[in-house]
Amino acid sequence: MGSIGEWIPLLWEGTVITAQVTLLSAIVTLLLAAVTGIMRLSKFKIIRGISYIYVLIFRGVSLLVLLFWVYYALPLMGVELSKMTSAVLAIGLNFGAFGAEIVRSSILAVPKGQWEAAQALNLTPTQRMFRVIFPQALVRMLPPFNNLMIELLKATSLIYFITLTDLTYQAMILRSLYLPQTAQIFGLLLLIYFIMASIISMIARMLERKLSAGRM
Amino acid sequence: MSLTMEEQAKQVSVGSVNKVPMVKYTNVMKSFGDLEVLHGIDLEMQAGEKIALIGPSGSGKTTIGRMLMTLEEPTSGTIEVEGEHLWHVEKKGRLVRASEAHLHQMRTKIGMVFQHFNLFPHMKVLGNVTEAPRKVLGLSKEEANDRAIEMLRKVGLADKLDVYPAKLSGGQKQRVAIARALVMRPKVMVFDEVTSALDPELVGEVLAVIKEIAEEGEMAMMLITHEMDFAREVADRVIFGAEGHIVEQGPPEQIFENPQSERLQSFLKRIR
Repeated sequence: MGSIGEWIPLLWEGTVITAQVTLLSAIVTLLLAAVTGIMRLSKFKIIRGISYIYVLIFRGVSLLVLLFWVYYALPLMGVELSKMTSAVLAIGLNFGAFGAEIVRSSILAVPKGQWEAAQALNLTPTQRMFRVIFPQALVRMLPPFNNLMIELLKATSLIYFITLTDLTYQAMILRSLYLPQTAQIFGLLLLIYFIMASIISMIARMLERKLSAGRM
Repeated sequence: MSLTMEEQAKQVSVGSVNKVPMVKYTNVMKSFGDLEVLHGIDLEMQAGEKIALIGPSGSGKTTIGRMLMTLEEPTSGTIEVEGEHLWHVEKKGRLVRASEAHLHQMRTKIGMVFQHFNLFPHMKVLGNVTEAPRKVLGLSKEEANDRAIEMLRKVGLADKLDVYPAKLSGGQKQRVAIARALVMRPKVMVFDEVTSALDPELVGEVLAVIKEIAEEGEMAMMLITHEMDFAREVADRVIFGAEGHIVEQGPPEQIFENPQSERLQSFLKRIR
């Protein structure tokens, strides 16, 4: 019989890996989302096209298959990435495509009058976007990005399949050692993911409060 | 006299009889898809002149103002500002569509106040008014603040610098929007139904501010309005448009007391 005390060190190790992958993938996701989301609104067809195709492809593929592809197929083409890099790249590319749509739709949701006022004040197109429109769109993006980041956290459990020793991986090992206590082990696993998701929500709510201060 | 050489040269070459108008629309047409909203407008505004555009909804008067602010592009025809084409540049004797750089340069002369204020909700009042002076004119923070505060004092809101627009009444928001446009010192300014979105009791404070600005005189003003008494008091000339045409124009007394066209007569009857 095992006890929580014996499980904790292993689960903690896994939690650190999961947190790392989550954080790094989140950064890649947010960057990709911002860049490709804004690209979708470019006046140049080619730029819009590139972004459209990116979203189309990476939103449409299975994350698990993408993960396998990056980790197992790329090396055959001479590109060898570490497990961590493969995970971050696959998750970032996949979630970035969803994020791009959040960025695009949030920018489009800013009233047209804001663009017009910025133009009437003779701000340049770039200034209109980054001084007037994007800051307002950012506030609208926070709730959907909060959802997306929680989804991302939970999706990191797939990296178990490329044998990254994340939280899920460690729990599976514990389960194989203490089979009769599967319920407790997986219960603990659920709880840890839940706590991590709550932390993400807390950060999102804090940002939301801060960014919308005085405006409502 | 303190005229610069350039201004003197302009005056000599132009002469007093044949002044270059501040704004000149020549046969301007505008369609949205299949719908033609303006059927060839000719209109001139002199420097410092205050004109009021009146007429029923859908007459195209807002479109006239928006084309001057470069928010709508004419389908055909030309608009000139101080003798220079707004939407076009001349190339080898032909008019071609102007670049954003040309529009940018022309916009320095033009300002606009909107029906729905369109203040930037993420900036405080002072930020709203200093944004363009800092980013477009390149003024320092101190210079921009001084200019902005002077304008906000003029519209009676110097005590609201640190407030977000959401905390202001509609009338206050519109006065901030007026200060924000004025601070760029345009030569002509479009006021697009600036009181239409306001509660009735807030209309007066906004009109009072506009009247005060009009009395200062230097800036040409295009007042697109449903407030007939206001048009009469402030405008040097009233232009009545309907169904995409300019039907009648003249001094306010003539338009309101002695309308010539049947269309204007029936319009005035209905709104009284």
